[in-house]
Amino acid sequence: MSEGQVAHQFDDARQQQETAILGMWVFLVTEILFFGGLFAGYTIYRNLYPQAWVGASRTLDLTIGTINTAVLIASSLTMALAVHASQTGRRKSLVGFLVSTMALGAVFLGLKAVEYAHKFQEHHVPGPHFAYSGPDSTHAQLFFSFYFAMTGMHALHMVIGLALMAWLVWAARSGRFSPDYHNPVVVGGLYWHFVDIVWIFLYPLLYLVGSR
Amino acid sequence: MTAVTFPLFPDQASSNAGSVDAIYGLMVLLTVFFSVAIFLAIAFFAIKYHRKSEDEVPPEIHGSLALEITWSVIPLAIVAVIFILGAKIYIAASRPPADAATVYVVARQWMWKVQHPEGNSEINELHLPIDRPVKLVMTSEDVIHDFFVPAFRMKKDVLPGRYTQEWFTPTRLGRYHLFCSQYCGTNHSRMIGWVEVMEPSDFERWLKGSARTESMAAVGERLFARFHCGSCHGDGGSAPRLAGLSGRPDEAHLREAILHPARAGAKGAMPTYQGQMSETELLQLIAYVRTLFPEVPR
Amino acid sequence: MSTFSAAIPGKPDYLSDGYGLKSWLLTRDHKRIALLYLASITLFFFLGGVFALLIRLELLTPAGDLVSSETYNKLFTMHGLIMVFFFLIPSIPAVLGNFLIPLMIGARDLAFPRLNLLSWYIYVVGGIFTLTAAIAGGVDTGWTFYTPYSSTYSNSHVVLTALGVFITGFSSILTGLNFVVTIHKMRAPGLTWFRLPLFVWAHYATSLIMILGTPVLAISIVLVFLERVFRIGVFDPRIGGDPLLFQHLFWFYSHPAVYIMILPSMGVVSEIITCFSRKRIFGYNFVAFSSVAIAVLGFLVWGHHMFVSGQSVAASVIFSALSFLVAIPSAIKVFNWTATLYRGSISFQTPMLYAFGFIGLFTMGGMTGLFLATLGLDIHVHDTYFIIAHFHYIMVGGAVMGYLGGIHFWWPKISGRLYPEWWGRVAAVLVFIGFNLTFFPQFILGYLGMPRRYHAYPEEFQVLNVMSTAGASILGVGYLLPLVYLTWSMRYGPRAGPNPFGAKGLEWETSSPPPTENFVVMPVVDEEAYAYAVKKSPSHV
Repeated sequence: MSEGQVAHQFDDARQQQETAILGMWVFLVTEILFFGGLFAGYTIYRNLYPQAWVGASRTLDLTIGTINTAVLIASSLTMALAVHASQTGRRKSLVGFLVSTMALGAVFLGLKAVEYAHKFQEHHVPGPHFAYSGPDSTHAQLFFSFYFAMTGMHALHMVIGLALMAWLVWAARSGRFSPDYHNPVVVGGLYWHFVDIVWIFLYPLLYLVGSR
Repeated sequence: MTAVTFPLFPDQASSNAGSVDAIYGLMVLLTVFFSVAIFLAIAFFAIKYHRKSEDEVPPEIHGSLALEITWSVIPLAIVAVIFILGAKIYIAASRPPADAATVYVVARQWMWKVQHPEGNSEINELHLPIDRPVKLVMTSEDVIHDFFVPAFRMKKDVLPGRYTQEWFTPTRLGRYHLFCSQYCGTNHSRMIGWVEVMEPSDFERWLKGSARTESMAAVGERLFARFHCGSCHGDGGSAPRLAGLSGRPDEAHLREAILHPARAGAKGAMPTYQGQMSETELLQLIAYVRTLFPEVPR
Repeated sequence: MSTFSAAIPGKPDYLSDGYGLKSWLLTRDHKRIALLYLASITLFFFLGGVFALLIRLELLTPAGDLVSSETYNKLFTMHGLIMVFFFLIPSIPAVLGNFLIPLMIGARDLAFPRLNLLSWYIYVVGGIFTLTAAIAGGVDTGWTFYTPYSSTYSNSHVVLTALGVFITGFSSILTGLNFVVTIHKMRAPGLTWFRLPLFVWAHYATSLIMILGTPVLAISIVLVFLERVFRIGVFDPRIGGDPLLFQHLFWFYSHPAVYIMILPSMGVVSEIITCFSRKRIFGYNFVAFSSVAIAVLGFLVWGHHMFVSGQSVAASVIFSALSFLVAIPSAIKVFNWTATLYRGSISFQTPMLYAFGFIGLFTMGGMTGLFLATLGLDIHVHDTYFIIAHFHYIMVGGAVMGYLGGIHFWWPKISGRLYPEWWGRVAAVLVFIGFNLTFFPQFILGYLGMPRRYHAYPEEFQVLNVMSTAGASILGVGYLLPLVYLTWSMRYGPRAGPNPFGAKGLEWETSSPPPTENFVVMPVVDEEAYAYAVKKSPSHV
């Protein structure tokens, strides 16, 4: 697909663009429902075991979590700038902003890996080797289950996002995008913003449960 | 070959079986009525308006708001009535009478352990006196099961980690099927037994005659001592005396207090006893504790 | 009047447009993808049917003497999983929806053709996972995977099967996504929402459910997977997890899923009834809105699967009330279909027989759903054969009959051949009779107290079980017949014209089979749906 070309099922470029964007929005709705199941379970158990939640949340690394939040928000900024660059035909800026987004995403994942390693060393990973000395340790294990499930799912989506970005960088450098055709960038941007927003919810729910 | 009788209903052996069968009968009639009405309408129209020539042009009929409203409102009214009738039975089934005797059930793959408060225990059988309401307090040691007595029109899932209840008043002497009706693994269909409803005098005789240890509360009292509950909850202890505690002394609440005291609202330093006793022992302890509350029978 | 697209000599129909495996396996044509689905769905249907046959054979005698208990438990689990996830949920949408929606709205293809092909491959991969699990020894949790049995205690291939279902779920999500976007964005000029065929409305409503519900099933499966593989306890009571949470998450999807299975059939029935009465559907707006109402209300009733599970009384009461409410739009549809026959011009070809069968059996099945919504009654019949009878009346008496009716109705369009009418009617009647004989006795069995998922049962239940098995053998023959004669017709059936049944609809305004691009001249719509009373166009046979 090169600039200006319209796929055979569409009447014109405008229909193609509207369809692509609607398609991504619908997909994001499914993602909301997907994460929603996890949020629902989290809410139920937090309500039942508030002490366990407070204690376990305090063992998370607030510094890393906060830095990561800032990193992701910054990456959404660079992504928005990338979309703007694609709309105004500035290819170098587009590639630059996409690469910045990827770099920030990689920083996020790197810091997450550090966090996971710490949790592993502290034996806070649920399962047969779980060892926790805070209040209500039986239910604290549940908190950590949700911590790993939710951040793990999120990280998986980040990895997929990075792959998407990589493809966008390649496509941008090959000259596929122009002010007339840049749907993949817009649609990729929507996805990236969504993954960011999920983290915006995860951060307070996981890191800020009890006052410190 | 089986006998000539072709039953459509199980025996009506409990006080609510009649009302359940009555609703069932009503629903059967409604189903037959509407199914036959639709069937006849279709048959009638199909035959009367059978295509006679390829050039037929049926009239253009869009619809009728009046009809739509009619056939929306009338079914709505009908289902509202049925909903209320059904809800009443269900709500009553969730409220055992205050004087119901309590029998404890522990389910595990693939058997039922039944404990009478007097101490008698049975496996896969439940002996009951007629015309006395009985409440089952049930838990599972492993997966989810379900204690189903078709003749009583009653069932309830039996869960691990908590107590569920069902209650009924047997009204007919006899021997009735007990089925596990929540799939629980390999021998799910063999996790069956019998409920035996007897005359009260026969039941008393059975109680005395069958294998029994002490009453559950008596064993529970020894557990109370073994776990030193009295050191905090007795005279001179730092925790409130049990009989003075406000709050319902029902089995589920007591279980929570013993296993998850912080969640149950126990303030201060009550430790948890999770993992320190079996489900059966926990029931015995609870049976004893309940005797400390003046308004609880037995 | 819409423009008619006759086949132009030299421009191939979609079946002749490229031969060889690659042209099929790498196709982007929604019609070919529909046939890819047809092949795989048929395979799974008969596989699920084999499991059903074995179950019914075992149940001929009260003792569990044909297979071991473990095997029996795996049989009913696999039967349920295959029939629900690999047959019923995809069936009409993936075969008929894929084939017809672009045609019905006057488009060249769906919005995302490559996504469409991907969704078939995802379906196949998911199916391979599940079949691998079956061959490796099977899974014995029941299709409902209740915890803690599935997450902790079962020794069977839960993870592999769960992965298979998880993967296949994405096929469903992508299909729904494709349909929603297509219907919004790619309708022909003049084709407003209220001129759409009711088949399209039904699929729109279905797609809403696919999109909103399936992800919750996915996360439920992920959590069971995590618990089994990494021993992370979310449902494990020993660390304060709640097995009921699984049930809530599972049924939040799986109840709306049953509407995924029935709404498309209702769409098919609307199309068939209108064509074979040669009359517009009575109350079009009400039928269209009912589809959407069913989809929306269907998300609010999941707790009716949990009346005896330990759920609170208040929750049960609310769920019961809502469950009664969701029956009303379905009743509205039945009444409107019946009213359509009034002063129509009715003919009894095979599709119409299936449509009549659907209405009758769906009415019965739907009303027995009311039995289950009735709280006091459900206590008694929950988890008995009554439920099994209820959902088979809807799924088989309803959904499958709608599917077969639709396959026959659009067979000429899909294959370019006519099916043998006499055999079609024989099969339809056999299916109807065999079905009732199989499942009606199960209502009685259920009320008598025979629980479901029982390998062995008390002797007094034998007579009814034997009747049920006898019916199943007739039903099996009824299903085999179309497999044979439809396959036969692909080679030897008489060639079909563009509109053998004289139906209204854009799909009938193009050749049978259609060209790859669907229409030679893209249609413009200027009339309402089912405008039969208008002067006939020359395209009508």
